[in-house]
Amino acid sequence: MEGNLQLALICVGAALSIGLAGLGAGIGIGSVGNGACQGLARNPEVQPKLMVFMILGMALAESVAIYGLVISLILLYANPLLG
Amino acid sequence: MEHPILFISIILEKLGLPVPHGPVGHTFLEQICAPYMTYTWLVMAFLFLVSRLTLGNLEMIPGKGQNFWELVIGGMDDFFADNMGREMADKFFPMIATFALYIGVANLIGLIPGFMSPTSSLNTTLALTVIVWISHHIIGFREHGLNYYKHFMGPIWWLVPLLLPIELISNLARLISLSIRLFGNIMAKETLLAILFMLAGGFFAPLPIMLLGVLVSIVQAMVFVLLTVVYFSQAQEHAH
Repeated sequence: MEGNLQLALICVGAALSIGLAGLGAGIGIGSVGNGACQGLARNPEVQPKLMVFMILGMALAESVAIYGLVISLILLYANPLLG
Repeated sequence: MEHPILFISIILEKLGLPVPHGPVGHTFLEQICAPYMTYTWLVMAFLFLVSRLTLGNLEMIPGKGQNFWELVIGGMDDFFADNMGREMADKFFPMIATFALYIGVANLIGLIPGFMSPTSSLNTTLALTVIVWISHHIIGFREHGLNYYKHFMGPIWWLVPLLLPIELISNLARLISLSIRLFGNIMAKETLLAILFMLAGGFFAPLPIMLLGVLVSIVQAMVFVLLTVVYFSQAQEHAH
């Protein structure tokens, strides 16, 4: 019984970890895309240069979600507290 | 999660070789027969053979195959030169272009049923990332000598105790973020495809995700290469 509760809490923790991290990263990537689109609408000539910075910014914002993914994978597959 | 059908693993099992069913095998032979290893060899053979066959001998008036490779190689060369300067681009072009081609093909091969992306295993991506991480330190050290460590110390001397730990952590986090970004994206794609295939494979449910997967594969290969280029050029430039 106690083991089941433990497993359930681990699953909830893993889901919350990637879920909340994905929420934050989604907002971040959205604002990067917003800025890139506005910049592009005002000055279409900078498109190749802007593309690089946009993808770089998206990758950096996305890495937050990836840390969440790491935590949830550790919780599920390599939990150090579970023994 | 175990991949449902991997034809190389099935062939190897028929030949009597041990194929591990966990993430890592125990003996040396099992580790060599692990799916991500065999599919890495497949991708390498594919790249080698395709470039060999389409690029037999270079001609002044390019044919179809040579045209394609001129587009790919020329495009990558311009991209590197824009972002890290002509001199560095010439120096590091073979290494980074190899990464780009390998990661691109390795990501895309997972979309074909029966194949697996070698990059959906953390072992592959971490190996690539360790190569990039060590070589950007070597580049910085060769360029600046001991002055390279001023990169980690910030602009003002009395801020050093505050900035040194932050810079060190952010430098070490490159190892994690670069490898797990590629691994996470590709593994998520593969897992999603497998789940949708099990749920409603008869109704072509994985098809939209496959279309999305082409985009994700190319963008992730580009992000890896772009970040490699940025790290290299940051190590090359002077400390602020």
